[in-house]
Amino acid sequence: MIARGLQILVALFLAAPLAVVLGVSVNEKQSLTFPPEGFSLAWYAQIFADDGWRAALINSILLAASAATIATSIALPLAWFLWRRIAPWARLVQGLGLAPFILPPVITALGFLTFWATAGLYGQAWTAAVSHGIFFTTLPLVTLTLGFSTIDRSLTEAAATMGATGGQVFRTVILPLIRPYLISGFAFAFVLSLNEYIVAYMTVGFVMETLPIKIFNALRYGYTPTMAAVSVLFVAVAAAAFGLIAWLGDLPRLMGAPAEEDR
Amino acid sequence: MKPERPRTAADFAPIAYPAAMLLVFFAIPFATMIAVSFFQREAGAFYTPAFVFDNYARFASAFFAKVLGFSLGLALLVAAICVAVAFPLAHGIARLGRRAQVAWLIALLSVLSLSEVIIGFAWSTLFSRTAGITNLLVALGMMERAQALTPGFGAVLTGMVYQALPYAVLVLYPALARLDPSLTEAARSMGASPARAFATVVVPACRNTIDASLVMVFVFALGSYLLPQILGRPSHWTLSVLITDQAIYQSNMPFAAAMAVLLVLVTLSLVALVTLIGRREGAQ
Repeated sequence: MIARGLQILVALFLAAPLAVVLGVSVNEKQSLTFPPEGFSLAWYAQIFADDGWRAALINSILLAASAATIATSIALPLAWFLWRRIAPWARLVQGLGLAPFILPPVITALGFLTFWATAGLYGQAWTAAVSHGIFFTTLPLVTLTLGFSTIDRSLTEAAATMGATGGQVFRTVILPLIRPYLISGFAFAFVLSLNEYIVAYMTVGFVMETLPIKIFNALRYGYTPTMAAVSVLFVAVAAAAFGLIAWLGDLPRLMGAPAEEDR
Repeated sequence: MKPERPRTAADFAPIAYPAAMLLVFFAIPFATMIAVSFFQREAGAFYTPAFVFDNYARFASAFFAKVLGFSLGLALLVAAICVAVAFPLAHGIARLGRRAQVAWLIALLSVLSLSEVIIGFAWSTLFSRTAGITNLLVALGMMERAQALTPGFGAVLTGMVYQALPYAVLVLYPALARLDPSLTEAARSMGASPARAFATVVVPACRNTIDASLVMVFVFALGSYLLPQILGRPSHWTLSVLITDQAIYQSNMPFAAAMAVLLVLVTLSLVALVTLIGRREGAQ
């Protein structure tokens, strides 16, 4: 009873601001009123029709896709090495991969700003992709480490006994088994990069706008329903990505619950 | 195949690229930031290399002490509220059916991944005069006329709790999902009500988990850099906001870097504390 009541209260608390934003986003007039007056999807069309918003959307998607690719490309060989080899010093590299996530984000952001400025590369679009790629390495690293831990080592042993080379074992046995964890890690990094503000702002904020930067810059000149439409779009993308992760694998397990057969 | 020690160059090859990337693009930027914190600020330019303690000396001001105290106090308050709500919530979620658990986890992850910009925008809308929650109260006859609830301390606190609550639930979830259900069952069979069994059996059994997650949510809340700006007044700015402000708007990178180093030290000592708590748990 009490547990159910608490769940309903928290669900309302989590949904309330999103419901208001959803209402504002379908307002017919360009005013921020709730409940909405009339119904219109014009503000959603605005994201694609307006040059500024469309450019920010394209920048954000390109940034998130390249960042997630870089993050998984770092995490996959690292997690594989940690699983395959006995090398205590490799924990240091693992620690470097986890650190950006433990520290307050503004610190990592400032590190990148001073680094790119010192290197004379400040403001180039690719520096944001590399920065985000490093910043979000933690996510695929965590999902892949968990993925490798679920692999039955006798499988790879059997393949090796049958004469498969290391590369063949990786491609034919390991890769299919960890694919869901690979996709999950990519999706996590993609969604978080899409939403990230401070690192993107400190690396390329003066020359390029991503959607969060565009929303924040626009906030200073007043509210528009387009911001609400973009926010709704973001919530939808996040829910779709995490839905995909849940569909691909065992989400409770991924978040730390015991394996289903042990429950 | 059992884990083996790497011997040949080919054995080491897979870790070369991740190690190089993380060293060049994380360790070196971090070191650069520490170096910059000792540099001399140059008016009109970024900075010039030097080795001065001027930037650290600026910490010894009443203004800075106030900001630091406010940041720590606010983060502590957020952590306490979040853990107090998240603990019974995570316990309840871990006992739901599988489909409901998955639905909760998707919802929590979706809110957690939301940009601070969007959370700030959503709450400032909810707290606004024209589209805000006060309109609802007016409609219900509980208020005379709608009013804006932002900027203000309550708005900052609400926004930060909103941001950190999903994190707190997800931090507590693994431990509560692994909690032995026979503990509560035993208490229940002895005649304890569910609430009593929860308070007298579950909570004491999870003391260390609660302590550790308090510290983790505290560190998470310390990182909030936009919500105090969007939902609060300058007097509600935290250390993270001040670092951003100095680096971007005041172009004082050395001072921003020095504050960041201080924030790292605070964070690391807290992480060390969590590790100690973990050890204590392991020893039991």
